[in-house]
Amino acid sequence: MTTQMAPESMYRSTEGLGVWPHRGKVAAVGIGHSPTARRWDGRAETSVGAQSIMACRQAIADAGVDPGQVDGIVLVPVTTTGAHWDADTPVPMDVVNAFNPTDNPLDGIGQLSAEWLLKNMPELTNVKFTMYAPGCMSAAITVAAQAVGDGLASTCLVLKGWHNLEGRYNHGGISAASEVPGSFALSPGRTLWGAPGCYGTALQFAQYCTKYGKHHDMMAPFMENSRRNGLLFPEGYWAQHRPEQLPPEDYLSSRWIAKPANLFDNDIPIMASAAYLFTTAEKAQDMAQKPVYILGHASSRGTPRSITPTLEEVEAETDSTGRKIYEAAGITPDDLSFENMYDGFAQFHQFHIEGLRYRGMQRGDALDFYQTDISIEGPNPILPSGGNIGSGRSRFWMHTDCIQQIQGRAGARAVTGVKPEIAVSGGPMPLGGNFTVWSATPN
Amino acid sequence: MVKQGVVPDDFNKPFFDAANEGRLVVQSCNDRLYFPPRPASEICGEGESVVWKEMSGRGTIYNYCVVYDCPVASLKEDLPFNLAVIMLDEDPGILMYSHLPGTAPDEVPVGAAVRVIFEETANGQKVPEWVLVE
Repeated sequence: MTTQMAPESMYRSTEGLGVWPHRGKVAAVGIGHSPTARRWDGRAETSVGAQSIMACRQAIADAGVDPGQVDGIVLVPVTTTGAHWDADTPVPMDVVNAFNPTDNPLDGIGQLSAEWLLKNMPELTNVKFTMYAPGCMSAAITVAAQAVGDGLASTCLVLKGWHNLEGRYNHGGISAASEVPGSFALSPGRTLWGAPGCYGTALQFAQYCTKYGKHHDMMAPFMENSRRNGLLFPEGYWAQHRPEQLPPEDYLSSRWIAKPANLFDNDIPIMASAAYLFTTAEKAQDMAQKPVYILGHASSRGTPRSITPTLEEVEAETDSTGRKIYEAAGITPDDLSFENMYDGFAQFHQFHIEGLRYRGMQRGDALDFYQTDISIEGPNPILPSGGNIGSGRSRFWMHTDCIQQIQGRAGARAVTGVKPEIAVSGGPMPLGGNFTVWSATPN
Repeated sequence: MVKQGVVPDDFNKPFFDAANEGRLVVQSCNDRLYFPPRPASEICGEGESVVWKEMSGRGTIYNYCVVYDCPVASLKEDLPFNLAVIMLDEDPGILMYSHLPGTAPDEVPVGAAVRVIFEETANGQKVPEWVLVE
C-alpha cells in the first residue's frame, strides 16, 4: 500500500466555504498516549516507533474496538522536534532489528512510515486507507476528520510521534559553517543575522507591546496558569518528570533568549506519541467512550510577504482563521466553552485567541485578560490543557484536553466554571495551522 | 560583528553583486517589490517581467529583539546584540534584518529612520546593514 501526503483539497483554507458538510458526523472516541521523555535513551522500547505503537494500541483499547475494525490510519511521518540523525552516527541496528524494519533503517527511530507501523502492528488486519499529514497532530486530525467524513475510512487511527535526540538543534551544521549560501543568508527564519527559533514570534510580540502599550511581565499569569494546568495533565512531561509550578518570580527572572522572549516562553522539546481513534457518529454510539463530535475544521495557509511575518500579517491571518473556524462549525464565539489554541511559543497564544474573539476579546485585550481569572475553575478558562508550555512540545495536548474535557475524563484538570460542551483547538503557527471544533453533541 | 561568509546563489547573485558595489537592489515585477530574492519564475508569470530595482537605502525600524542565545557559532562572542527589522521607505512591506551597528543593545528607537551601509562578511562578500540616521 502506497501512502500519499494528504492533498490540499482536504483542508478548508479559504473563507466562504460554508458549514463543513460532515458537521457532527465524525467523532473522536479513543485516546492513547505514550510516556514522555526529554530525549531518546537509545533503547528499542523507548524509540518513537515503540512509543507510537503503544499510543495506537491504547487508543484502540480505550475506544473498546477490536484492532481488526481499524480500517484507516492518518499519521505524520516526520517525527523530529528539530533534531535530525547525524549522518556520521551509525544507526543502532539492534534497535532497527528489534522491529520489523522497512528499507529505511531510521524508520521507527527518526521518522515513521505507515508501512513500518503496519509491519509492527500485525493486529491491524483490515487497514485499507493510509494517508500522511504534514507537521503535527493538528494537520493529522484535519485529514482524518475529512477522510472519515468522506467515507475513505470509518474507524481511523490518528497518530503523531516525536523523537528528540541529544544536543541543541540548529546549533550545528550550517550554523557552525564559515560560509553559507546566499539563500540561507537572506531566508526567513534562520539567517546570517543569528535569529534563534523564537525570534519571529518575539518580534511580533515586541510590536504587539509597542502597539497596545503592554509588556512582557503581563505574560506571567498565563505562564503560571499553563504550568499549573500542565501539572494536572498526567500524560505530560512536566507532570511526569519535573512537577514544579512556575510562579511569576521564577518566570520573570529566567534568562532571555530573544528579549522579549525568555527561556520559559519557549516550549521544551520532548519525546512522546499520541493517537486518537476517529469514527463515524453512527459507529461511535457502540464504542466504549463518549463520542466527541467534530463540528468543523479550518486551516491557515497565510505566508509572509517578506523575511518574517509582521504583527499586522499575523493579526489579519488569525482574524481570517477565526472566521473560517466559526463558519465551518456553524457557531459563534459565544458558543465556545473554552479554548485550547497553540502556545509553543507562549507568545503565539494571544494572537490566536484574539483572532477567535474569545470571550469578546478585541485586538490588544489578551494580556489584560490574563490578569483576570483564567483558571479552569473560572468562567473564562484559558488553555486548560496547559498546552506545550504546560506539558512540553508535542502540539497535541490541546486536542487531547478538548476530547477529555468533553468526555468528562479530564480528572483534576476538568473545567468547572463552565460546562464543557464546545471547544476549539489547533495550531501551530498564526500563519500556517489547522484547527478543529469539538462538541459534546452532533448538533 | 563578523557575519558568516556568503556564497551567492545564481538567483540572488545580482543582489549580492550590487551590495559589493554599494547599491541596494530588490526584485520588482509590475511595480510590486519582492524580498528576499527568489527565482524569477516564482515571482510572476514566467519571470520575464522581473527586474532588479535600486532602492534609496532609506528605511525605518519596525521593531527589534535583543538576542541573548544565538545558534550561529561565529556570532556568539558578540551576544547580546540587537536584531531589528527594517522597513524600506519605498515599501514598508519589504523588510530586512539588521544588527544596527553603533546602537547599544536594547537602546533601539523603534520607528527611527535608518540608512543602509554595506558590511563585509567573513569571506569578503558584502551584505546590507543599517545604521541610525544622525
